[in-house]
Amino acid sequence: MRITRYAATLGAAGLVLAGCASEAGQQAEQAASEAPEVAQDAEFPAGTTMAELAEAGTITVGTKFDQPGFGLANPQGVPEGFDVEVAKIVAGELGIAPEDIEWTETVSANRESFIQNGDVDIVVATYTINDARKQLIDFAGPYYVAGQDIMVATGNPLAIEGPDDLAGKRVCSVEGSTPAQNIRDNYPEAQLTLFDVYSKCADALRNGQVDAVTTDNVILTGLVQGGQGAFELVGNPFTEEPYGIGLAKGDDEFRAFVNDTLEQAFEDGTWAAAWDRTAGAITGTEAPEPPMVDRY
Amino acid sequence: MDFVSENADLFVDAFLATLGLSLLAGLLALVLGTLLAAMRVSPVPPLRGLATFYVETFRNTPLTVVFFFLIFGLPQIDFVIGFFSGAVLSVGLYTAAFVCEAVRSGINAVAAGQAEAARALGLTFGQSLREVVLPQAFRTVVPPLGNVLIAMVKNTSIAAGFSVSELSSLLPRLVNADAGDLTLVLVGVVVGYMVITLPSALAVNRIERRVAILR
Repeated sequence: MRITRYAATLGAAGLVLAGCASEAGQQAEQAASEAPEVAQDAEFPAGTTMAELAEAGTITVGTKFDQPGFGLANPQGVPEGFDVEVAKIVAGELGIAPEDIEWTETVSANRESFIQNGDVDIVVATYTINDARKQLIDFAGPYYVAGQDIMVATGNPLAIEGPDDLAGKRVCSVEGSTPAQNIRDNYPEAQLTLFDVYSKCADALRNGQVDAVTTDNVILTGLVQGGQGAFELVGNPFTEEPYGIGLAKGDDEFRAFVNDTLEQAFEDGTWAAAWDRTAGAITGTEAPEPPMVDRY
Repeated sequence: MDFVSENADLFVDAFLATLGLSLLAGLLALVLGTLLAAMRVSPVPPLRGLATFYVETFRNTPLTVVFFFLIFGLPQIDFVIGFFSGAVLSVGLYTAAFVCEAVRSGINAVAAGQAEAARALGLTFGQSLREVVLPQAFRTVVPPLGNVLIAMVKNTSIAAGFSVSELSSLLPRLVNADAGDLTLVLVGVVVGYMVITLPSALAVNRIERRVAILR
């Protein structure tokens, strides 16, 4: 009984604090109202991944920790961004609260093996759906379609308007990324400079060691943001990169469940709201039309 | 097997890049390292101080930081070098500090009487170092020098993060293209390094036996 009384007192104190008209209080309230709904009485057929996760009350999500707007770790080490919000929507549908999600950093090169080894339950990490990857894992979604774009120094001194203008120019990207391979295959006259992370590309562009940086527009947007006026986006996407949620191969029930959850979020506006307070807040753009979920 | 034949060119190019980088950086490290060792045992205090400063700076700095400094730092003061030459310089300058210390230990191992006898015969400091001390010093430091150079070959992999398409840069590239071939890519990269390091180790053993001083 005593414990209950303590809890009640604490709860009351919390209410009083929340009631304060301070800015922090308002922000906290706002965040609470924006957080995706957590299903209270989630019930799933026994034996499914959904039932297991709901039973465990926790889910391990792989995401990027270095991608502004999508998955960027805050100073406390907790990632924030659009990918993170999408993962919270899925977890919420399983009855798992955001604070019970375990975040694991995944980088481009280890996402498949993390899923295959069971280190993570799902991967939401600017993860382009393609056939080679479908051999190893399965994708739910897409939940967003990005496109490859070009970033140049402010004022665009070399007048680069699209990928065809890259011939003979020094173009920077990251080794092992789909955009780099696309330049190799389709624009072989561009001189590729390849680093291991995009921040080095930004440094090289700032120093004039390269003429342009190319990758998905969402990644470039983060770099433009961090460049403090040194860079600008050409704004002419020339590929389609559908971002999906990676999960274990052959788990069709779980994939159907995630697809249903995404479609529901597209319809009821939680998806658009998630965009507005993450990536949309950085780019200043409205949420795009939701993509069509691909139930292959 | 398709995978190997499809990417054979890539592996050959990457291997040649690693080999070229290792040879050039190794040459730079050996020449500069020997010079530094000579400076550290010279009777001129400013030279000794300079060499000591160099060795302590490079030996106690992570190689990645050296790379960052040469590739992204120097351009800030309008001194731009190419990515490959930047990699050769970074690895070479860094390894020179270790070569210097290996050679210096060899110099210290040469009996003091040798240098004294050389001076007594009227050889200058430079002559006694060149003709008497260094030839004996190098003979004793073949194994540690071999260690330093083999470690250097593996250190060249850091260049992958700085726009040199050498062996280990194949890992992210090919794994992203098809993660199913991860094991094959790993084996290919390891074999590539071993083709350089194993014969080097054998050569070091052979040289060591051939030049060994009978005491």
